[in-house]
Amino acid sequence: MTKTRTLMGPVALALAFSVATPLQADTLRLAIMGEPASLDPHKISGTWENDVVGDLFEGLVTEAADGSRIPGVAESWKISDDGTVYTFKLRDDAKWSDGEPVTADDFVFAFQRILSPATAADYAYLLYPIKNAETVYAGDAEPSTLGVEALDATTLQITLERSTPYFLDQLSHYTAYPVPRHTVEAHGNEWSRPDNMVSNGAFQLEEWQSQTRITASRNPHFHDVDNVALEEVVYFPIEERNTALNRFRAGEIDIAREFPTQQYDWLQDNLPDAVQVAPYLGIYYYAFNARDGHATADPRVREALSLAVRREVITDQILGTGEVPAYSFVPPNVSHYEGPTASFADLSQDERLERAQELLQEAGYGPDNPLELMLRYNTSEDHRKVAIAIAAMWKPLGVEVELYNSEVAVHYADIRQGDFDVARAGWIGDYNDAQNFLSLLESGVSNNYGAYSSPEFDALMSEAANTQDLEERADIMAEAETIALEDSATLPIYYYVSRNLVSPDLSGWETNIEDIHRSRWIHFDN
Amino acid sequence: MLSYTLKRLLQAIPTLWIVITLSFFLMHLAPGGPFDGERQLPPEIEANLMASYGLDKPIWDQYFTYMGNLLQGDLGPSFKYKDFSVTELVAQGFPVSLELGLWAIGLALLTGIPMGVIAALKRNSTVDYMVMGTALAGVAVPNFVVAPLLALVFGVFLAWLPVGGWNDGHWKNMILPVVALSIQQIAYIARMMRASMIEVLSSHFVRTARAKGLSESEVIFRHALRPAMLPVISYLGPAIAGIITGSVVIEQIFGIPGIGRYFVQAALNRDYTLVMGTVVFYGGLIVLLNLIVDLLYSALDPQIRYDNE
Repeated sequence: MTKTRTLMGPVALALAFSVATPLQADTLRLAIMGEPASLDPHKISGTWENDVVGDLFEGLVTEAADGSRIPGVAESWKISDDGTVYTFKLRDDAKWSDGEPVTADDFVFAFQRILSPATAADYAYLLYPIKNAETVYAGDAEPSTLGVEALDATTLQITLERSTPYFLDQLSHYTAYPVPRHTVEAHGNEWSRPDNMVSNGAFQLEEWQSQTRITASRNPHFHDVDNVALEEVVYFPIEERNTALNRFRAGEIDIAREFPTQQYDWLQDNLPDAVQVAPYLGIYYYAFNARDGHATADPRVREALSLAVRREVITDQILGTGEVPAYSFVPPNVSHYEGPTASFADLSQDERLERAQELLQEAGYGPDNPLELMLRYNTSEDHRKVAIAIAAMWKPLGVEVELYNSEVAVHYADIRQGDFDVARAGWIGDYNDAQNFLSLLESGVSNNYGAYSSPEFDALMSEAANTQDLEERADIMAEAETIALEDSATLPIYYYVSRNLVSPDLSGWETNIEDIHRSRWIHFDN
Repeated sequence: MLSYTLKRLLQAIPTLWIVITLSFFLMHLAPGGPFDGERQLPPEIEANLMASYGLDKPIWDQYFTYMGNLLQGDLGPSFKYKDFSVTELVAQGFPVSLELGLWAIGLALLTGIPMGVIAALKRNSTVDYMVMGTALAGVAVPNFVVAPLLALVFGVFLAWLPVGGWNDGHWKNMILPVVALSIQQIAYIARMMRASMIEVLSSHFVRTARAKGLSESEVIFRHALRPAMLPVISYLGPAIAGIITGSVVIEQIFGIPGIGRYFVQAALNRDYTLVMGTVVFYGGLIVLLNLIVDLLYSALDPQIRYDNE
């Protein structure tokens, strides 16, 4: 890296400040990846909504700057010996932004609301570990039968269906935020509009101009307000990554929650202090169709195809944004989990190819009877590049690939119907636990696109679900993952990374596997 | 004139009805639904969502419900933007798109017409070649290439203008998108204006005007310009349609909160009600604008009269 090349960024930045909105050191300008569907925590399901709603609200448990879980509205809690009853003591100084206290009743109201069929919350299933949640959601039981109870104004008791080791982490998720009963009852579905909204997080909603910006100001009633440096946060929904990058370079925004992958090299040379790339809780993989009548129903074929894919070429030469080659289904660094890697990871490329050829031959494919596959992906430049590369990697095996792309809604609707041999898929963890990934491979699960089915795998997963001891549970899940890898249930390609641009003038930004960053921890250096 | 206008407005009703009906069924025929995505919802959740938007009913039932609501001016709730109704989204976005579009059309006319006239007057000179060369480039380069280039040069390198955002329609935020949106239309209008001006200049009445000894500027401004502009006026209909289509891309690139960007986004999201809302709105708008263009045409050309019958 040369000095002259690094100069351009800062110069452009400095120049830009003359035309951009004057920089106020206590206002954070954040580019989020899309327009929120809603600011009602019960009506959202995207990561960009989390950026806003997570600043406005606080759950029983919340995220520290590094993403680890710390007490939020709850100051302490007790968990029963069997791991099914959680008793939370709420802090006395927890208040809504209108000064009303946050009570245990607000939580009961919120949990009953999100699980009530009338709310039609699409993310409600995350709360299914709570007793009766599923039956209440299905409309088969009254909301009052839900396992959430206010013992008094500041004591909340949550009863689970069964011990769920990741439940405490999940309570920091927006599906578990309290909502202000007094406001929701007064305004109905319009409670989340700027004029009506009352929230309990570090910031309160000031303004929402659809497709333009959302402005939030520091909430004077927040219990930790003395440690919140920013006075204001402005969220700009920007879907175009290039636009976000340009606006960042022009100094119009301080943080961009995503940047265009093609610009990574340029950014590393020109804005090295701003680029933040870190492992992310997600896997990019290809699903194999294990249904009868597809060549990929044969585990030997699946293994051969998996062996021939040179993941390093894809991550380093095709994508080149720090993605990590994947040899397992659960991403590394998932909490309380030490997963296996595919047995062939240690083999050299030649050995892998040789083995792949043998397997295909065993399965009955060869020059006279070439393996023909339909590879489907959802339309995107990166997906296309990966698909073409993989088709080329399969070519030496004599595999003939037909590439087929369609827009995302069609892609997923079709592959759920089984209309593919190999299909692109991805999964971002709902919560930081291996179970969230491995459950995609259980028989009959709707996100198990390839309909992989292994009784041993299923048995181990249900055994893990009934195991309380974290280490023992992790071992059982690792055993299950080993089976899935031996069966080549899927073709893991790479683990996702989070990509942010963060102004070097900011402190308090810490990369973490869930890529969760609450503005309350962020401050400008001068 | 009035009876003609009324007749055209009445004719618009079946046209719009066909557009709406076709769009409604095509939209529902498209594979994939509003709740299909990377994250498949558990069946009971999906059923619940479908029921809450009335999507569990038979398609003809949904159609009549939709048409019934539409007649009462209700475009329904957006599936994607849950805090807003489609009517609110269109009402919020339209003033922005309108402002952007008007400026773009205005700029296209104010630049394209003089460019064409100058080129026609200086036919086959260096000026002509330069103007027409620029216009050719303007036609050839699509706006999704022009827009990021403009943003990069004027927003990032020179840092004269903001690279995106609307900022309540501040003039600085408007310049780049308006220019990007109008470049192609400027080019078309300039080329059309040049051709038609050349034709008019060689016509008999211009020769007569010259023979009368009128000054060149009088010949051009009093006699030649008006008839030469007729093709441009009749092109305004397609030009407006072009600006609307262009705004779909431009609004996305510059992050402008108009309705253009809903068109594509909503279709990809299978946000049925929002797609229908934009179709109804743009359909009505284009029918109306075409009528205005036709009326304008008769005002400019004495040979065209609509109320003779």
